Amino acid sequence: MTEEVILRVKDLRTYFKTDEGTVKAVDGVSFDLHKGETLGIVGESGSGKSVTNLSIINMIPSPPGKIVGGEVLFMDADLLAMPANKIREIRGNKISMIFQDPMTSLNPFLRISTQMTETIILHQGLGKDEAKAKAIEMLKLAGIPAPEKRIDQYPHQFSGGMRQRVMIAMSLSCNPEILIADEPTSALDVTIQAQILDLMKDLTARLGTAVILITHSLGVVAGMCDTLCVMYAGRVVERGATDAVFADPKHPYTQGLIKSVPRLDVASGNRLSSIRGQPPNVIDLPDCCPFYPRCDKAMDICKRKYPAVSRFDDGRSVACWLYSEEKLP
Amino acid sequence: MSDKEVLLDVKGLKMHFPAGSRSLLGGQKRFIYAVDGVDFQIRRGETLGLVGESGCGKSTTARAIAQLYKPTAGEVILEGEDLSKLKAQPLIAARKNMQMVFQDPYASLNPRMTSGDIIAEPLRIYQKRGILSMTKTETEERVEMLMERVGLSRFFKNRYPHEFSGGQRQRIGIARALALRPALMLCDEPVSALDVSIQAQILNLFKDLQDEFGLTYLFIAHDLAVIQYISTRVAVMYLGIIAEISGSADLYRKPLHPYTQALLSAAPIPDPAIERTRKRIILTGDVPSPDKVRTGCYFYDRCSKRMDKCAKSVPRLKEVEPDHQVACYLYHDPE
Ligand SMILES: Nc1ncnc2c1ncn2[C@@H]1O[C@H](COP(=O)(O)OP(=O)(O)O)[C@@H](O)[C@H]1O
Ligand SMILES: Nc1ncnc2c1ncn2[C@@H]1O[C@H](COP(=O)(O)OP(=O)(O)O)[C@@H](O)[C@H]1O
Ligand SMILES: [Mg+2]
Ligand SMILES: [Mg+2]
Repeated sequence: MTEEVILRVKDLRTYFKTDEGTVKAVDGVSFDLHKGETLGIVGESGSGKSVTNLSIINMIPSPPGKIVGGEVLFMDADLLAMPANKIREIRGNKISMIFQDPMTSLNPFLRISTQMTETIILHQGLGKDEAKAKAIEMLKLAGIPAPEKRIDQYPHQFSGGMRQRVMIAMSLSCNPEILIADEPTSALDVTIQAQILDLMKDLTARLGTAVILITHSLGVVAGMCDTLCVMYAGRVVERGATDAVFADPKHPYTQGLIKSVPRLDVASGNRLSSIRGQPPNVIDLPDCCPFYPRCDKAMDICKRKYPAVSRFDDGRSVACWLYSEEKLP
Repeated sequence: MSDKEVLLDVKGLKMHFPAGSRSLLGGQKRFIYAVDGVDFQIRRGETLGLVGESGCGKSTTARAIAQLYKPTAGEVILEGEDLSKLKAQPLIAARKNMQMVFQDPYASLNPRMTSGDIIAEPLRIYQKRGILSMTKTETEERVEMLMERVGLSRFFKNRYPHEFSGGQRQRIGIARALALRPALMLCDEPVSALDVSIQAQILNLFKDLQDEFGLTYLFIAHDLAVIQYISTRVAVMYLGIIAEISGSADLYRKPLHPYTQALLSAAPIPDPAIERTRKRIILTGDVPSPDKVRTGCYFYDRCSKRMDKCAKSVPRLKEVEPDHQVACYLYHDPE
């Protein structure tokens, strides 16, 4: 990880118009991604992780969705202001993606070879044979046994874990600057998850790829990420170095989240602490801290205004009135 | 194991599903050996955690115990009575003492019934069959008591499942399972679909209900930390058999079976300082499909410690330390 920022997300806002009202799925998300960094985005379902990811590469289905504000600066160019043909050159090439279900990106009717070489030819300008050689090399790196044979098979001939390996091979084949992985192991069993995470870590370190890893698992974040953003109701409530956040979580939500995960290394007996109440509804959310109904430390102001972001010496930023200098009447 | 009374005794349980014939021209019949000889006991008031990767036969085990499937072989003895031998009528009566909670509360709740009716349904079924006698008011009162007890306001009893969040729907499923005051609850991944903050609420609810009603649980999950939190004893399943079973603290402190060791080492711990220094046993390959008759250890293909004798006969579960059984030739010799 270096000082060089390769992706800067600034005050990103993505809303969906629905029959029930406006869903503020992402509502003012900001973070920097440095060269070679692995950044985790963690949060419970519906907190806006996937919409953040899709907004970055400008792939929000519209309607009903719309990116209503913010910037996504990739090497000084705003991806949100880019014409469609230019962003297509970046997607899958400079910025590539993998999803929880590999079949969202794989065509079931095409051989792996066709699907892999197409992208390589398109983005790297290689000839057909060279592209195939490159694809085989990537499959081999991704731990697919007998890649020369398996490359001619169809997606359904691979197991879930193997398919995710194919996706990793495919997404890294153009040597992207950034890999966005949205819950890449959430559908896999733990032993397979360990294999895939190991592979991702190894390959991205070797190729110097920066990673945005989206997951609901604090365990996965702890093992994989240099930095992390904790999302709640479309906002980043806490951001910082992974070690610092786990050692001393500042936001009451982060504190509650970490305490509510049962841990393998802690014998049972002590009661698990849980966060009371239900996750928020992000439809027509008023100006308030969305966590206040579940927060033990809620104050009057939390109900009236979204917290200003406080910064700490260790580079942490936390959106909570507990830490705010700004005092309101 | 404590000397409390055995509530459920599962002996040699097998569930083989027919899987069509080998070719169009007939030939050998094929089977899915989903559960292939499982033995365990659960004592009254305890929680047996059943853990293993997807497809290893956890749900099938629970369903075969509940007699939702007719087991291919084996005995399921609940309070001294072998359920697998009972005729339809006495089975229905016996089943009253054993209820299930499922993973997906949405799929398991009838969307056209109110939460109150869903919770009352088991009571009404048993009333209709003349096994249970309760007045209308008693039924109402029981439903309201149950709702409050699982953390739902009784004022929600006229609402439909879609009006509740995932965690609340799971509470409805739990109230329904409690309605008949069963001794045993078979919980099939009841927290796997829930977010962590809600998962913790529901796990604590299960613990509180156990204390209050003296319930006994068979609790299925694929998350080892969840299993550790909830269980008194733990059974690790692999490909339709039990690889290891012991008291919970023991299993996590000193896992014996190479598969248990690999599972534990693969499960992430939410602590970056620990994760950085942990050594992982990375298993190679995928879980094989349970469609073969096995003549050696079921874990042989993926085991890093396999020996010649492991391919020659199937290791049986054997007690190698007090209340710690393992099916592995590292700890005992072939018979
Ligand atoms: N196509 C869509 N139409 C309407 N609402 C959507 C759509 N996609 C996402 N949302 C809403 O946006 C919010 C954030 O969703 P998402 O980013 O998928 O959450 P996460 O990935 O954190 O689970 C949710 O409330 C979700 O219902
Ligand atoms: N009704 C069925 N018919 C045929 N095969 C089944 C049936 N139910 C489960 N299986 C198979 O039995 C094995 C065990 O399944 P299951 O008990 O659902 O596993 P788990 O709950 O541990 O994920 C799997 O290979 C599954 O495909
Ligand atoms: Mg998502
Ligand atoms: Mg199951």
